[in-house]
Amino acid sequence: MKPLIVGKNITLGYEDQVVAKNLNFTVSEGDYLCILGDNGAGKSTLVKAILNLHEPLEGNLDFSFDRSEIGYLPQRSQIQRDFPSSVYEVVLSGCVNSLKSRFFYDKNDKKRALDNMAKLEILNLSKQPFALLSGGQQQRVLLARALCAAKKVLLLDEPVSGLDSHTSSELYKIIDNLNEDKMTIIMVTHDVHPALNSANTILHLGKSFFFGKKERYFESEVGKKYLEESGHHD
Amino acid sequence: MIEMFSYSFMQRAIIVGLLVSLCSALLGVSLVLRRFSMIGDGLSHVGFGALAVATIFSFSPLAFTIPVVVIAAILILRINEKSKIGSDSAIALISSSSLAIGVMVISYVKGTNTDINNFLFGSLLAVNKTDAVFSIILSLAVLLSYILLYPRLYVVTFDPVFARSASIKADRYTTLLAILSALTIVLGMRMLGSLLISALIIFPCLSAKRVATTYKGVTILSAVISLSAFMIGITISYNAGTPVGASIVIVHLAIFIALTIFSFIKEYYQQKRLLKE
Repeated sequence: MKPLIVGKNITLGYEDQVVAKNLNFTVSEGDYLCILGDNGAGKSTLVKAILNLHEPLEGNLDFSFDRSEIGYLPQRSQIQRDFPSSVYEVVLSGCVNSLKSRFFYDKNDKKRALDNMAKLEILNLSKQPFALLSGGQQQRVLLARALCAAKKVLLLDEPVSGLDSHTSSELYKIIDNLNEDKMTIIMVTHDVHPALNSANTILHLGKSFFFGKKERYFESEVGKKYLEESGHHD
Repeated sequence: MIEMFSYSFMQRAIIVGLLVSLCSALLGVSLVLRRFSMIGDGLSHVGFGALAVATIFSFSPLAFTIPVVVIAAILILRINEKSKIGSDSAIALISSSSLAIGVMVISYVKGTNTDINNFLFGSLLAVNKTDAVFSIILSLAVLLSYILLYPRLYVVTFDPVFARSASIKADRYTTLLAILSALTIVLGMRMLGSLLISALIIFPCLSAKRVATTYKGVTILSAVISLSAFMIGITISYNAGTPVGASIVIVHLAIFIALTIFSFIKEYYQQKRLLKE
């Protein structure tokens, strides 16, 4: 498969503080990559680096496509609670990266927004105020927005944090389906289940580093330890 | 009532006032929703200081005030991002200092005591012809950029990090917003008063938010509220001889209270209906 993102010897950090050193990884077309690791291991910083919101201290991130075409699902805490906006407005705003030199959204953008809402089964919420939706519904709306922006890659930052297990598994199912439709998935997560069930590659940040196929990860020392710590037993 | 429109100073005041109201309402939506309301307040105080200095040294008021306030706007945003002082305290520092400078300058030159009142609370007579032309050009520029950049401003306001991930230069739009607000404040300040002009930025959005649930709805309703409040306020001011800025702000306050009560009643009945079902 064609490599989309290649990270070479990346060191991440702020001014005098290094959070992660010598990261090497590749994301290829159709991958489902889970980024695991403890708090403070540099997961969020890596996300920012991929989105071009943060410059790595050292090393190179190479993209074989326009990186503004990554669909980004931020952590939910980032969004203001009482912002007045309809669901449709939020989803349509995901098309902002295809505006380029245009001022307004055109028919294609609007159609894409509606299609993605249909895909996530939120068409009936179209006119609802975003602020009044449940956590799971809000997450679907933001995922639809990310899909509007995504041509090839979806980057999901803790997509199920704060959701109950039923809503979480529904969301995971949607993400699995997207991956089957050839969407490349990069997911930062604290939850071991998508890593076990859906991922094909794992990037583990922290004291011990791992990048590789999922099967190898769960055979490795790092993987075994992580699995044990997250309370998962066979 | 119709007589009010027959004086040329009133015509100018109404044209400038309507344009300023429209601009401040639109910009206010973005500023309030991004929690930047205090910037408007800070800038109007800076405007007061600059206007006082301009009057004493007989600089052209707009030509001197505009650059000063625009620079202050950019400065406040930078402090907001980088400084260790909290942004609210930084703005409070800047606004009280400007107010102090303004008052000092005016009182140092004797015999101008009456002007302070006009500066702080506005005067219908303050708009001369050059100002009117200048105001029309600038407000059209504000309106045009707001409308053309609407989709991008929406993203930047709703979720700046997502906007940046889509290669939208969020910081630039924030700076643009601050500059446009600075222009609007300077334009409206002499007629409506520097102490009250920030109400024109904050009130329309807060009132509109009470009843509208979509971003577009809030934007349009803010504009409508702002234009109506201006017309009602200026009519009251003309007929009752009250200060124009204060009259408009009182109308805004009344609208805000009315819409707040309305939204509570609506919510109450909605809950009642839900409980029945």
